[in-house]
Amino acid sequence: MAGNTTPTDFGNPVINWIDKRLPVFTMMQKEYGVFPTPRNFNYLWNFGAIAMVMLMVMIASGLVLAMHYTADTKLSFNVVERIMRDVDYGWLVRYIHMNGASMFFIAVYVHIFRGLYYGSYKQPRELLWILGVLILLLMMATAFMGYVLPWGQMSFWGATVITNLFSAIPLIGDTIVTWLWGGFSVDNPTLTRFFALHFLLPFVILGVVFLHIAALHVSGSNNPLGIEPKSDKDTVPFSPYYTVKDLFGVCVFLIIYAAFVFYAPNYMGHPDNYTPANPMVTPPHIVPEWYFLPFYAILRSFTIDIVIPFTDIIIISSKLGGVLLMFGSIAMMFILPWLDTSPVRSARFRPLYQKFFWLHLAVCITLGFMGAKPPEGIYTVISQICTFLYFAHYLIVLPLLNKYEKPLPLPPSIHEAILAQKK
Amino acid sequence: MGNPHSHGAQCSHDAPQKHGQEECPDNGHDESKRDFIFISAASMAAVGTGVVAWPFVATLGPAKDTLALSTTEIDLSPIQEGQAVTVMWRGKPVFIRRRTAQDIELARKVDGDATAFNSLRDKQKDTDRVKQSTFGGKEMPQWLVMVGVCTHLGCVPMGQKPTDMRGDFDGWFCPCHGSHYDSAGRIRKGPAPHNLAVPTYTFLSENRIRIG
Ligand code: HEM
Ligand code: FES
Repeated sequence: MAGNTTPTDFGNPVINWIDKRLPVFTMMQKEYGVFPTPRNFNYLWNFGAIAMVMLMVMIASGLVLAMHYTADTKLSFNVVERIMRDVDYGWLVRYIHMNGASMFFIAVYVHIFRGLYYGSYKQPRELLWILGVLILLLMMATAFMGYVLPWGQMSFWGATVITNLFSAIPLIGDTIVTWLWGGFSVDNPTLTRFFALHFLLPFVILGVVFLHIAALHVSGSNNPLGIEPKSDKDTVPFSPYYTVKDLFGVCVFLIIYAAFVFYAPNYMGHPDNYTPANPMVTPPHIVPEWYFLPFYAILRSFTIDIVIPFTDIIIISSKLGGVLLMFGSIAMMFILPWLDTSPVRSARFRPLYQKFFWLHLAVCITLGFMGAKPPEGIYTVISQICTFLYFAHYLIVLPLLNKYEKPLPLPPSIHEAILAQKK
Repeated sequence: MGNPHSHGAQCSHDAPQKHGQEECPDNGHDESKRDFIFISAASMAAVGTGVVAWPFVATLGPAKDTLALSTTEIDLSPIQEGQAVTVMWRGKPVFIRRRTAQDIELARKVDGDATAFNSLRDKQKDTDRVKQSTFGGKEMPQWLVMVGVCTHLGCVPMGQKPTDMRGDFDGWFCPCHGSHYDSAGRIRKGPAPHNLAVPTYTFLSENRIRIG
C-alpha cells in the first residue's frame, strides 16, 4: 500500500486514472483477485463470506426500518405493527431483519466451530481469532438491543433480566444498573439509548470485520489439512475459484433464509413479543432468542452461594456466580489460542481432539436446549453437567491433550495430500 | 518524539553517554525541559479528556424529570384483609398486601425460632420489614409494602392474585428462575440473593401511605 506500488494496467483509462491516485483497484485485485488461497477448502469455508453478506443485509434492512421506526415506549410497539401492516413491503423488510439476525448467528456459529475443528485460532492467527470473538460479542450486544426495539413483552423482560446481570457486581452494581437504564427500571430512556446503540454498533462491527479480514490477508487462510501452503501448487487465485464457490454457498444460504422469511417468519421468534410490553406482569416463562440460549443455560446453572466456611459471609452469590460463568464462557474463547498449544491444527490429525470436539459441540447444543427449559429439576442438573463439561473442555481437556495426544503424521503438502486421496 | 533518527546525527537521545556533552551541549537541559512539557501536556490532556467525558457519562443517568416522579401516594382503605394490590412506583411494581393474622404468624414464627432464622439467606425479622410506628394508637403489621421486583434478575414475582402460585412458603414465587419468598417477602429458596426490597414509605394517615 506504500507509495511505491507499481500501477497495474486495468485497460481502462478511467480506472487507471483513479487507481494511480488511490490504488483501491490494485488492492482489490491483490486481496480478492490473485490472492493465493489454499486449493483444498471445503464448504465450511463459505461461512465467512455468508456472514459478510448477512451483515450487509442487516444494515440495509435496518436502515429502511429505522426510517419508519420511533423509539418511544408509548409508540414503538404500534409503530412496528404499522411497518408490518401499512408500510408497503414493510412486513418483508421487517421479516428480513428479524430472521436475518438468526441467520447471521447461524452463519457465525458455523464459522466459529469450523475454526475450532480445524485449529484456525492457532499461531499465527491468534489475533484474527480474537477479532472474531470480539465480533461475536458486538453482534450479541447489537441483537440484544435490537430485540428490545419492538417493545413487546419479551423485549421488555429480556432487557430487564439482562441489564440486571450487572447488579451482581459487588458494591457498585445497583448504581451501574440505574445508569444503564437512565432511571429506576427499563423505560423510555433505556429504549432510546438502545436504539441509538443498535444503529451504531453494526458499523462498529463493520470496522472490526475490516480488521479481521486485514489480519486474515496477512496470515492467509487456514485449510482443512491445517498445514501451510508451501508452493504455488498448493494454492489457487481467490478469483474465480473462490468468488464462484462463495457465491454458490451464499445462494444456497439465501434460499434457506428466504424459506424462513416467506414460510415461517415467526418460527425462530417468540409469540409473547407480539404482546405490548407491560412492566407490571412478567410472562411466566422468559426465554431469550435462540442464539443466546446456551449462554442463558450457563447463567442459570450456578445455583449455590459460595460462602466462607462456618460464617454467613457470601463470597460469590449464586447470582454473581452465574454472571461470571456466562462471561467466562466467552472469555474461554478469547484465551483459547493459549490453552490449545498443540502444533497440529486440524482435528483430522488429532484423533483425541476430534472426539472432544464433537463432545464439545454436543455440550453446546444441549446447553441451548436447556436454556429454553424452565430452570428446575432435571434441566438444572443437565445444565450444570454441561456447564462443567464446557469449561472442562477448555481448561482441562485441551491442556492435557497437548501433553498426551499423539497426532497422526501430517502430509508433506496440500497438493500431495490431494493427489494421494485421488489415487 | 517517536523517531530518534530525525534528530539522530546531531543530538541522539538514545545515547547521550556515547556522544557526550561536547557534541550536544544542551542535551541534558533540553531533555528535561522537553520531558517536562511532554508530561505536563499529557497530564493536561488526560484531565481534559476526563472533564469532557464526565458530562457525556452523566447524561445517561436518571434525568431530573425521572427523579421528580419518584413519590406516589396510595389509599389503603379499599384493600380487604388477605388482599393485595400492585401499584406503579418509578416504573416498577410495588406490592401492598394486607396480611391475614395467619400470614403474620407464619412470618413471625421464623423470627422466634433461632435455627429457622439463621437459615435465612438475608436475615431480617418480620418486625423490621413492616412499619412498627403506630398511628392513631394502632400497630400496622398487617401492611407489607415491597418493591415487587425479584432481587435475582428483576422479574415480577407471582402471588398478588388469589389464583397465583405463591411458592413453597406461602408468599411469592418468581417464575423466571424459581425464587420462593415467604409471607414477609424474605427469600427462602432459589437464586435470588436478597429479600424483596422494602421501599421508603410513610403513613400519612391510618389509611394512606406515600412511597418514596
Ligand atoms: C449486526 C447487525 C444487526 C443485528 C444482528 C440486528 C438485530 C435486530 C433484531 C434481533 C431486531 C428485533 C427484530 C424483531 O423482533 O422485530 C432488530 C430490530 C431493529 N433493527 Fe436491527 N440489527 C442489526 C443491524 C441494524 C442496523 C444497521 C439498523 C439501522 C440502521 C437496525 C435497525 C433496527 C430497527 C429500526 C429495528 C426495530 C424494528 C423491528 O423490531 O423490526 N438494525 N434488529
Ligand atoms: S428473576 Fe426471579 S428468580 Fe430470577
